[in-house]
Amino acid sequence: MKVAIFPPNSLILADLIERSGHEPLTIMKELSVRVRDPEIDSPPLNITPEDSSRGLKYASAEAPSGVRGRLAVFGPIYEEADAIVALKNSPISFGCLGCARTNEFLLYMIHSSKKPHIILEYPSSEEETICIVREILDFLKRMDNND
Amino acid sequence: MIKIAQISCGTEYSGIQNEIEKAAEMVNAKIIFPDVPLDYIGETAEITGFDVQSAGLKLMFARARALVEGLVDADAVFLTTCFRCAEGSLLKNEVRRYLQNNSDIPVVMYSFTQNTKRDELLTRMEALQTIAEKKQLLARKRQEGLTLGIDSGSATTKAIVMQDDEVIGTGWHPTQAVVLSAKKAVNDALKTAGVTLKQLDSIGTTGYGRRTLGKHYKANLIQEELTVNSKGAVWTADCQDGEATVIDIGGMDNKVITINKGIPDSFTMGGICAGASGRFLEITSNRVGVDITELGELSLKGNHKNVNMASYCIIFGIQDLVTELAAGVSREDVAAAACYSVAEQVYEQQLQEVDIREPIIQVGGTSLIGGLNKAFEDILKIKPIVPKYSQFIGAIGGALLTSAYIGEE
Repeated sequence: MKVAIFPPNSLILADLIERSGHEPLTIMKELSVRVRDPEIDSPPLNITPEDSSRGLKYASAEAPSGVRGRLAVFGPIYEEADAIVALKNSPISFGCLGCARTNEFLLYMIHSSKKPHIILEYPSSEEETICIVREILDFLKRMDNND
Repeated sequence: MIKIAQISCGTEYSGIQNEIEKAAEMVNAKIIFPDVPLDYIGETAEITGFDVQSAGLKLMFARARALVEGLVDADAVFLTTCFRCAEGSLLKNEVRRYLQNNSDIPVVMYSFTQNTKRDELLTRMEALQTIAEKKQLLARKRQEGLTLGIDSGSATTKAIVMQDDEVIGTGWHPTQAVVLSAKKAVNDALKTAGVTLKQLDSIGTTGYGRRTLGKHYKANLIQEELTVNSKGAVWTADCQDGEATVIDIGGMDNKVITINKGIPDSFTMGGICAGASGRFLEITSNRVGVDITELGELSLKGNHKNVNMASYCIIFGIQDLVTELAAGVSREDVAAAACYSVAEQVYEQQLQEVDIREPIIQVGGTSLIGGLNKAFEDILKIKPIVPKYSQFIGAIGGALLTSAYIGEE
């Protein structure tokens, strides 16, 4: 099962998904597509000039180009996923998009998604961390059983 | 008097609230602010999952929810935030989608600056008022009797004579003095129809000069162009029953209107930059040395990718085209690039604000330029319908709607 994560560049979440036998969808994978694409003349820094326009699928022209550029990369990840696991209010070191507006919008996108998803608060203690890992694994197991 | 619910953030600190209320008053509408309890605001953020930082924006979503849930009654919604507010633009778009998916209240969006004046808001308010108050009129599908429609546009004035749901006369003249240009267009339309002004049962006017012409011709219907043009578009394209999107690029502005059962339910208007208008294509045709009527054919032979255009602006865009011509790029490629530039700008600035519904009906004088139709097809991956009389839709809509007033003083 393809599982998208939030923040989409969280190595810890990606690792947790992978260890439970699923394919995590991450930014790193999405950006590497652009770097390796032979049709693109020189590897871009994160996005190509066209990506900002592609982001118009998610936000209007009035939204800043940086928000639209991010959404052009992250939006398709959540559309491709079979399920989504999100941790909100996490510290920068856990994974970060560098833009609070994009964070808000992506969390809204996940919340309104018809795909199975789980949105949890970032843990503040060891006990909470154990609970959250268990909740995520239970969620993934439920998805497996549904398959 | 209709009630327009204002769902906004920032108007009270931008010095424009008075302008909004005056514009509403001018169309006999009243601005109301949906009241919601404090708890409802936080609850809405939780339910929708859009947990923005600004409390004013949270309140916007709560107000929209109150309308959908029937806690507050309104006939239309004016949705507005400060121009260039990132959080505002993201949320405003989602509130618009939420309202359109969960209610049939007409919505218009606007991004304001400190210079927003009531005149800029007037056409939008007038259209909201028409959609909310004259649903019966807009639901009219057939033209009856002998009627005249006049569309006084910014670049051209068009006149149409219709009889028993058929176009029987057309007239067209570049707009100079409003009344004089209209007289010439009307005379041509009457002449081709073989009728006189006195024989007409009813007259309708629309476009920028609608009030002046309405007074001059003692018109039975004087109506803004958003509702009239959309009516004309669905009549000419024979799409009066389902959904449709109308792209109307005129001489100096552009409109995108979404339609459900022949009645517009949402729209967006350009008008900030003439680079997305027929004027840009007119200047291009002068530069490449062809008449505007030949630009379409020329552009279909070119490839826009061969031209480096860095700006959509009517000044800098033309400068780019001139530079490319001087560098040896073909006239065909330049014509194609101009068409693509207009279509791309309309796509980026107008079409993103509406939910595109098929079929797409392309109208206005520019719809006759083949390169522009192709550019829209390339960008949208949908072939637009260009109906017969596509350049006359305003006048046709006027002639059609005014037939509802036959027999009335």
